[in-house]
Amino acid sequence: MDLSVRIGSLALKNPLIAASGCFGYGVEYADIVDLSSLGGIVVKGLFLKEREGHPAPRVVETPAGMLNAIGLQGIGVRRFIDEKLPELRARRATVLVNVCGTTLDEYVEVSRILSDHEGVAAIELNISCPNIKEGGIQFGCSLNGTYDVVSAVRKATTLPVIPKLTPNVTDVASFARAAEDGGADALTVANTFLGMAIDPETFKPRIHTITGGLSGAAIRPITLRMVYQCSRAVKVPVIGLGGISKAEDAVEYFLAGASAVQVGTANFYDPKAPLHVLDGLEKFIKRKGLSSVRDLVGQMKQ
Amino acid sequence: MPVDVAAEIISNRPLSADYNVLALSAPAIASAASPGQFVMVKVGATLDPLLRRPFSVFEVLRSSDGTPTGVTILSKRIGPSTSLIYDARPGQIAACLGPLGRPFTVVDPPADAWMVAGGVGLAPFATLAESLRARDVKTVLFYGARRAAELFYLDFFRERNVELVLTTEDGSFGEPGRIVAPLDRRLASRAAAAPVMVYACGPEGMLAATARTAMKYGRPCQVSVERVMACGLGGCYSCVVPMRGEDGLFHHVRSCLAGPVLAADQIKWD
Repeated sequence: MDLSVRIGSLALKNPLIAASGCFGYGVEYADIVDLSSLGGIVVKGLFLKEREGHPAPRVVETPAGMLNAIGLQGIGVRRFIDEKLPELRARRATVLVNVCGTTLDEYVEVSRILSDHEGVAAIELNISCPNIKEGGIQFGCSLNGTYDVVSAVRKATTLPVIPKLTPNVTDVASFARAAEDGGADALTVANTFLGMAIDPETFKPRIHTITGGLSGAAIRPITLRMVYQCSRAVKVPVIGLGGISKAEDAVEYFLAGASAVQVGTANFYDPKAPLHVLDGLEKFIKRKGLSSVRDLVGQMKQ
Repeated sequence: MPVDVAAEIISNRPLSADYNVLALSAPAIASAASPGQFVMVKVGATLDPLLRRPFSVFEVLRSSDGTPTGVTILSKRIGPSTSLIYDARPGQIAACLGPLGRPFTVVDPPADAWMVAGGVGLAPFATLAESLRARDVKTVLFYGARRAAELFYLDFFRERNVELVLTTEDGSFGEPGRIVAPLDRRLASRAAAAPVMVYACGPEGMLAATARTAMKYGRPCQVSVERVMACGLGGCYSCVVPMRGEDGLFHHVRSCLAGPVLAADQIKWD
């Protein structure tokens, strides 16, 4: 059976990718998961410099989901290259790097630095984190900003550029088109939904920053709809995510138009979740008498 | 190295209306676990509750020939996830990932070991007491609970030659009040030349008070912290604690990897 997929110029051995922010730098999961068995790993978002992130509490569970406001704590791009990338390469992982920036120049600089090193397969542009004040989502919530940052990074690297869109906009398809116009090779749809939770006993917000990003099974119907809308609006491939924890969830995304999928929150409660999805997907394709994941992409019947 | 297993529930023993001890069949985890390490557990495959919860390994179960067969966890029912654990039945499957985290550093004589437990914070001290006993370390358990009916496993510790100092908040057993009071007195009266290691686990306020008390008398203190934790593997960055780094500044450290056992004097307490 052919499980391989192509995302623009990027060839993946299978369509299961570990989502950024939900799999550390990949190496944290290496005792539990054979990293080379995944289609890819999107490592935690990287800025030019190290970041401390937000104070705790950073996470609270919500019905069939969770809110997080980590604040993109991270080691910065240079330490990533020195301390993590060699192990990821030794473990033959397909590494996609989630690139962050507070300014357009920072996105370009981080992307350039990554392009100068062997072992990075693609850049996922984080223009959608709901938890930081400067940059990021400011680009992702403006059509011009989306176009500008994508086209600037596009010019700075030969690596595939995959913007990760925010779902916190009215018309996500217009942002998909802006990203495509800017030169995106593919799109990741979507980041988390801005949400909040309050403890009725103490009257206090349940996470330090009051608002945070909602993820998990709870959001799946909404991001599925967005993947459907985006994949019809653009020609470039769409990578879908949002609440995928089993093969049937992934199949929904393929049918809606996704060419590959990411597993995020499920990694937290099932560290082998991408492998479980992959195993189930293989059985599903066999049961349906199909020969490839590609036979499912965009095949929803009306 | 941690393993992720679908563990069969061997038994579930209620200790009170809220506390229970859940026994899980998990030989690989049982044989690898060190005192202070933890497991991520969820009973059933529900989406609500979604995440696993961290639990200290309470006891290591062994067959009659001494082979490790499983672990128990001490749980207090405080929400939907711990309710599933309280109501779990033998034969059900629990997802169990572990052993995780950095364990206690176990002292040797002539140092004494003083374990300070608050409520469900008793959990890491059963296995620590076994290790200390194997090293002939003189051990005291300072154990505070809300009421007499919530002081558990006292005979377990007595049988292992652990001296018990008990407090209850309602005064129904032992000294009335908080457990830090007798700890403070005992530290005050201990000769400076006699080494002692303080180990602590319990509610955040009690941990902070224990840490301050140990520091006041210049005694080393290892605390087992509990933080909201989604994965237990270092992937989510939920469970951070501000810790003093080599540069002298405080940095957010993942308590699942650097902890759960941390040096009390390096933590920035609120």
